[in-house]
Amino acid sequence: MTVRTPMTLASIEADAGLKAALALDAPGVVAEVKDSGLKGRGGAGFPTGLKWELAAAAPSSDGKRYVICNADEGEPGTFKDRLILSEWPDLLFEGMTIAGYAIGAQEGIVYLRHEYAYMIEALEGRLERRRKAGLLGDGILGKKDVSFDIHIHLGSGAYVCGEETALIESLEGKRGEPRNRPPFPVVSGLFGKPTTVNNVETFAWIAAILGKGAKWFSAIGTERSKGPKLLSISGDVERPGVYEFPFGVTIAELLKATGGEKAKAVIVGGASGHCLPPSDFSRAIAFEDVATGGAVIVIGPNRDLLDVVENIMEFFVDESCGQCIPCRIGNVKILEGIKALKKGECSSEQLLDLTGLGDTMQVSSKCGLGQSSPNVFLSMVRNFGHEILDRAPASA
Amino acid sequence: MTTEVSTETVTVTVDDIEVTVPKGTSILEAARKAGIDIPTLCHHPDLPDAGVCRMCVVEVDGQRNLQASCAFPLTDKVEITTHSPRIHQARRDVLDLMLSEHYGSCRTCVRNGNCELQDLAAQYGCDYVRFGHKTKATSCIDNLGPSIVRDMDKCIQCLRCVRTCAELQGIGALGVLGRGSTTEVGTYLDIALSEVNCINCGQCINRCPTGALSAVDNTDLVWAAIKDPTKHVVIQTAPAPRAGIGEEFGLKPGTPMTWQMNTALRRVGFDKVFDTNFSADLTIIEEGTELLLRLYKNLVLGDTSQPVPQFTSCSPGWIKYIEHQYPEYLPNLSTCKSPQQMFGALIKTFYAKKNNIDPKDIVSVSLMPCTAKKFETTRPEMTDSGFADVDFALTSREIAKMIKEYGLDLPDMPKSDFDDPFGTASGSGVIFGATGGVMEAALRTVVELVLGIKVEDLFEHADIVPVRGFEGVRYVEIQIPDKVGPVPAILADLVPDWNWLKGATLKVAVAHGTANAEKVMEDIKAGGKFSECHFIEFMACPGGCLGGGGQPIPTSEAIRQARANAIYGEDAAYGEEGRARKSHENPPVMKLYEEFLTDGPCGHISHHLLHTEYTNRGTFIATKTKKES
Ligand SMILES: Cc1cc2nc3c(=O)[nH]c(=O)nc-3n(C[C@H](O)[C@H](O)[C@H](O)COP(=O)(O)O)c2cc1C
Ligand code: SF4
Ligand code: SF4
Ligand code: SF4
Ligand code: SF4
Repeated sequence: MTVRTPMTLASIEADAGLKAALALDAPGVVAEVKDSGLKGRGGAGFPTGLKWELAAAAPSSDGKRYVICNADEGEPGTFKDRLILSEWPDLLFEGMTIAGYAIGAQEGIVYLRHEYAYMIEALEGRLERRRKAGLLGDGILGKKDVSFDIHIHLGSGAYVCGEETALIESLEGKRGEPRNRPPFPVVSGLFGKPTTVNNVETFAWIAAILGKGAKWFSAIGTERSKGPKLLSISGDVERPGVYEFPFGVTIAELLKATGGEKAKAVIVGGASGHCLPPSDFSRAIAFEDVATGGAVIVIGPNRDLLDVVENIMEFFVDESCGQCIPCRIGNVKILEGIKALKKGECSSEQLLDLTGLGDTMQVSSKCGLGQSSPNVFLSMVRNFGHEILDRAPASA
Repeated sequence: MTTEVSTETVTVTVDDIEVTVPKGTSILEAARKAGIDIPTLCHHPDLPDAGVCRMCVVEVDGQRNLQASCAFPLTDKVEITTHSPRIHQARRDVLDLMLSEHYGSCRTCVRNGNCELQDLAAQYGCDYVRFGHKTKATSCIDNLGPSIVRDMDKCIQCLRCVRTCAELQGIGALGVLGRGSTTEVGTYLDIALSEVNCINCGQCINRCPTGALSAVDNTDLVWAAIKDPTKHVVIQTAPAPRAGIGEEFGLKPGTPMTWQMNTALRRVGFDKVFDTNFSADLTIIEEGTELLLRLYKNLVLGDTSQPVPQFTSCSPGWIKYIEHQYPEYLPNLSTCKSPQQMFGALIKTFYAKKNNIDPKDIVSVSLMPCTAKKFETTRPEMTDSGFADVDFALTSREIAKMIKEYGLDLPDMPKSDFDDPFGTASGSGVIFGATGGVMEAALRTVVELVLGIKVEDLFEHADIVPVRGFEGVRYVEIQIPDKVGPVPAILADLVPDWNWLKGATLKVAVAHGTANAEKVMEDIKAGGKFSECHFIEFMACPGGCLGGGGQPIPTSEAIRQARANAIYGEDAAYGEEGRARKSHENPPVMKLYEEFLTDGPCGHISHHLLHTEYTNRGTFIATKTKKES
């Protein structure tokens, strides 16, 4: 994991954000976050301020609310949260503490990717230092009525546990399976209490926003996608690693920066993203154009697209929680179809059935995993029809 | 089953039809209220929704994706559409995907003609298997136990069984194993169901939409016995099947078939048709006596070796449940065998002798609403007659199958009565089939034996209404007046008088479905109000035996209510026809004590034949009973 651009997060003054937040009242903090235009960095891009507002407003019989940091980072090709966790974990803890103050929660949990277990000791050490410094625990920064603490929960090693409701089930000690929504976690989350689940990067930007002001943040990016974004860029490029760009950067610019100009395709959004052809390289990374949680996978000219998508579908066949029919069986059928395509044994009628199935999975799966697992396959068939269809035997 | 429905309402439109429902109602329920049917597979009215099959998806205005209507609670005014091109495609795809994983032949399937997957495949025009189909079995059929068969090649993973076992029954014998494409429904450690804490209640079978779960089928063995001229094949029939079996012949739930069934069973080839209610009455005499004795020993003599509250013991699912989950309370169980087993023991002793038949030539069959009864017949404790007390317990579904196989249409059969020497039982025996029935029957008898007055003086028509109904747990107090009666002759050797009961408050409770049993047991453990009860009726199945795991499929609260109405109706009719309604007024039962059980209720003979003891089993994995190992 090499850092390839200067990182704004590296220059954020420690705990300035928390101090600024505590100088406001809770609704004032929510308003500041809303003003910044920050949208969730975990992929779905839900406005963070609005999420907090809902969590703060939702009734809780005993007053309990939770702040959860989603540090499950399981999307293949994504490693930008790992950078934050290892380089600037205090920003993340600071952001969570601000969230606790804003929504009225006293408990924060970091759901840490199983493979990141090696970081626990260092993270615990930071938490202890924060407690000693009066930045966590009771009476934060000398304010008697502000209490918040954080503990770390090691994830179960399943990709689907990064989905926020599966994550919550897993925290409750159950099988990590996504829930039906509504109700959403902001209303009924961990143990049925109002809960905000946010990505690692989201919390880190929170600390920066409160410290430097909403205006600073919203001046960066595009009309509907504010601020800088960390991107994990991998695949057939000369310089893979973590990059920071303002939202609005084009794919061509990314390829130039990484030395991947020869790409024949780029998958934006990781295994659950979209496979774009060169004609789309002028498009921008932004929620209103090509959205991503941060993973960009570049595909060089000599690679077989079917190999790539086969790999991806194998991942989903294993990582589906197995709960709902479209995803559990649908992924298997698409994978079978890809294998048949590779052997030249998938007729164009079958391919049509499979793309129809992919559409069904997108609209009828229970959670984001099944809703997005056919994305790469579908976008490949639609954007690279010739390359795929050449492999299908002419129908009888 | 909707969990949080408020008193506020919301008006929505479903396919342009306006409908007003309480907030929190699911789209599915709202649509059904509007008269629009939405196909479902994982939804079941008795269970919390899982939203996993995705058959019930609909368009909700403002939502990008389709939504599972069963799991979408309505809180705001929205427009819902139940038919659109992508809904049509999604439902068809989901069905095709399920069919692609399905291995089994409808022609030989126990659910042929009553299978929700088969019905939907037909309804949604699945005319070929677009995504291929399985050409060989990939899992091994689990038929190692006496009650339940699992064929996971027919499982569509709707998780109804998992939810039934965990939520309705509070057991959790079935769960989800594995992940991704290898996910399957199975048991703890993936071992046979009979090796874990499953109580054989069969509630999962009744809610399985396909043939993946079924009951062990003993009909071929019974046909073989019927065809064997050296065998005397008798059948006893429990009260609950009569209220349900008509459903197998297209009748409305709650159409009683008692007398028609007697004729059909004789035509099919049974030599005698007996009424299990006879032994239900006998159970009441024995269990009621045991209760009074226990109370006398505990409250007067200070002998706590047989503790109070006394628990009923006629539901074999409940028995296995307590053996697994609360073995420390086994001494609270009544030592009475269930009516099925009491009858079995009498047939191969009393009946055999009276009719000069060698008991080894008797094949004793029972018609039960229950799959756990199959297990019960195999318990090593149930051989006190010197033989298996009961050879085969058949479910309502199996008997319906035999009657159909014989070419008979049950509703067309002429009516006929039960065979002697056991005759027709009392109305108290009949109500054993409903939750609260054993309690009501016992109270009718105990009250009369103790007070020397008619129950009718306390409860109109002798209907002890407070113990009736479908409330999961019911608690009732009955005030005993200051005036008690003399000890009746039949109990004279056991207690000197009833003075110690004067003015006492008799506290009783009823629980049905083992999740409700768990609530009561936990309360008892915590020293709550149920620990102060004197007598508690427990039935493993929701609704009692009428909702048993061997009853016709489907089931729902409305169906169980209709069956209950049939059962209470029959009890009331007994009164109108001048038949006995109380167990101790059943003439053949009282005659049995004169002729055979000559040392009276809970005497030595009855103890040997009609009473038993139970075993501590492991919490998760079934350990063998003392006699088995
Ligand atoms: C299958 C699946 C996996 C996900 N994995 C992650 C993850 O590893 N990290 C993450 O932050 N969000 C992940 N998400 C998104 C979360 O559900 C959720 O939207 C996010 O944590 C919200 O945080 P944000 O608003 O700050 O983006 C995943 C979603 C799905 C459907
Ligand atoms: S879409 Fe896939 S991961 Fe999500 S609930 Fe369904 S089976 Fe599980
Ligand atoms: S379960 Fe249903 S679809 Fe499957 S074989 Fe049996 S009847 Fe046919
Ligand atoms: S028979 Fe009863 S206990 Fe056994 S698995 Fe089915 S529901 Fe659970
Ligand atoms: S066994 Fe039956 S009830 Fe259980 S998941 Fe499978 S199909 Fe559903």
